[in-house]
Amino acid sequence: MTESNTLGDLWEYDVTKILATFLAIYAGYVVMGLISGLPTRGIVATLVQLTLLIALYAMLTLALNLQWGYTGLFNIGIVGFMAVGAYTMLMVSKPPVDPSSAAAASQIGGLGLPVIVGILAGVIAAALLGFVVALPALRLRADYLAITTIAMSEIVRFIFLSSSFQEFSVFGNKIGTGGGRGLIVNFEEPISRIFFDTGAYEGLVTAVNEAMGVQGTMAPVVDTAVISVVLLVVVAGYFWLFKRTGESPFGRVLKAIREDEDVARALGKNTNRFKIKSFMLGCALMGLAGAFYAMYFLGAVNPTAFKPQFTFFVWVALIIGGSGSNTGSVIGSAIFVGVLFQGPLYMKNVVEALFTVASAPPSFAHALSGIGPFIAYMFENISHFRIIALGIVLIVLMKRRPDGIMGHRKETAASIPLIKLSGYGRDAAADGGDAE
Amino acid sequence: MTTAEQSPDIGSEVDSNGNGHPLVVDGLEKHFGGITAVDGATFHVERGSLTGLIGPNGAGKSTTFNLITGFHEPDAGSVTFNGQDVTGWTPFEIANQGMVRTFQIARELGEMTVLENLMLAPQNQRGEELWRSVTPGERGQVKKQEEALLERSWEMLDFFEIDHLWDEYAKNLSGGQRKLLEMARVLMTDPEMVLLDEPLAGVNPTLEKKLMKHVHQLREEGYTFLLVEHDMDIIMENCGHVIVMHQGSVLAEGEPADIKANDQVIDAYLGEDI
Repeated sequence: MTESNTLGDLWEYDVTKILATFLAIYAGYVVMGLISGLPTRGIVATLVQLTLLIALYAMLTLALNLQWGYTGLFNIGIVGFMAVGAYTMLMVSKPPVDPSSAAAASQIGGLGLPVIVGILAGVIAAALLGFVVALPALRLRADYLAITTIAMSEIVRFIFLSSSFQEFSVFGNKIGTGGGRGLIVNFEEPISRIFFDTGAYEGLVTAVNEAMGVQGTMAPVVDTAVISVVLLVVVAGYFWLFKRTGESPFGRVLKAIREDEDVARALGKNTNRFKIKSFMLGCALMGLAGAFYAMYFLGAVNPTAFKPQFTFFVWVALIIGGSGSNTGSVIGSAIFVGVLFQGPLYMKNVVEALFTVASAPPSFAHALSGIGPFIAYMFENISHFRIIALGIVLIVLMKRRPDGIMGHRKETAASIPLIKLSGYGRDAAADGGDAE
Repeated sequence: MTTAEQSPDIGSEVDSNGNGHPLVVDGLEKHFGGITAVDGATFHVERGSLTGLIGPNGAGKSTTFNLITGFHEPDAGSVTFNGQDVTGWTPFEIANQGMVRTFQIARELGEMTVLENLMLAPQNQRGEELWRSVTPGERGQVKKQEEALLERSWEMLDFFEIDHLWDEYAKNLSGGQRKLLEMARVLMTDPEMVLLDEPLAGVNPTLEKKLMKHVHQLREEGYTFLLVEHDMDIIMENCGHVIVMHQGSVLAEGEPADIKANDQVIDAYLGEDI
């Protein structure tokens, strides 16, 4: 690092890397789509959906990076914190159901507070759950936190599934989790209110329709595009916050805890406080991501949307990107979603558009009868085979590049660049400090 | 390390116990299952001294160290630092009182650079409060303090002659360099008393001299040192006062020459070169 290498330069550098990753993935999708002759509207819609999903994963991965990459806290209950964020937001913001109305029997209402209050409540609830989980576990070894968090996420899911909490009364309002049926997002979320209801927005949709010159309206695609841009702005907010957190004395203590907690304690740091703060901040932002997930992905929330596999996908994104690096977290999310998760599904579309794939054999045993049937079987079950491929990629990555894509890079834990001050620094020849 | 405000004011003041002993250990006991590791250890350390704590393997030196610094909780007895009963305090609370320790095996923070290692140590950093580090206006104050700390870190690197390693990951340092880094890091906390747990284990003779030169220099500046060492020669050459532990309690105490002539000590060390 030279003295001219300021944080500003590094920031530029990181943004370039992230943009390059996004562009490479987009280009891949566009090229594959054009080759196979997929409709333009379909390609654009795919890219927009892809961006939305990458944004969600980037939020979660950044939050996990704070906990694991910086502090070394092993959280495998991510989905539980998301669920708490989502459900709390819904229970607070769903409009109340009039008990005298016909819908009262079948619908579950909420407190009817503004969405922003709901989101805030979701974030706080997730943070508080993080506090409750962390408090006993932080006193024990790291692996106990892992066990506690995954157990917690399942407990949360079963509580939401349970009929006991399906409906209860708060301030005279009938609210609840909806049990197995879940809850519908039956209120206007903020992005719609801010963008979609304005006249300017209709103009935008018309303009896009004309510019694309494709059949059918582009309105749903433009809607999703606006949402994904807003979510990307939220990701940028996460990035900014975690960058500042990491590049500070606070982040330095977190790093020290990750490296050797006893040393940090011996130097007078109240490590439990630091761990709890870091864990709660991460959980709060996982809760926020959960609220977005409910509003912009699910539409209707139910417990099956919060199964543990989601947690492990976020972990895969972090491991690919390189834990300890915020830039790596975003890049890892993009690669995980774009290449490993959605990529195989898209490839299936592409191949099916180009070739006629023979009908798949009815079972795996039949599939083993030859290479042709096997490929057909694989295509039919691509959504399962991609998980196997994911495992292979992880194994190869762990062998070849255990730090992930960006994990080897220094992200200095100080609010100022740690530079060589003038008047200091001797050359190595004067060193007498080598042992043996 | 020349600035006056960093050196604790010693000798002139008398603590609340009415004596000049920063560290008083009284009747410490620690049992691990059926094994008694420390059995009524009682001693004190003079202010501004370099006191040696020796004993054969299994004498309870390291456990005593852990009891004093809060890493173990004693089953009985008390630890008093500057007149303050710190028995059962957590390690970070004790460190914040001005008594810090090093570890027997140098525990560098491997994935952090040498400068990051040093910048970590100082107490009362504003930026350790998360909100101050992220809030726009406050962050300016944090940066200001960080600049001062960076300057101090460079002074420390210069003092220990490891300034050419400033940008190196700590994991890439040699064994001896790690020991120097660890001592530099401990001093960055601005302590009053430093407990060194076998700082010379695995260190070559040249570096051994250098390390001890630094310790003597710092002692003259006013720091108090308690040095645990296995090697008798080092203690005899360097320490003004020696405490010998055997089977969990203090066997003998005194000046190096007296200790050398003490029959009990020789018996305890029987079979080892004294």
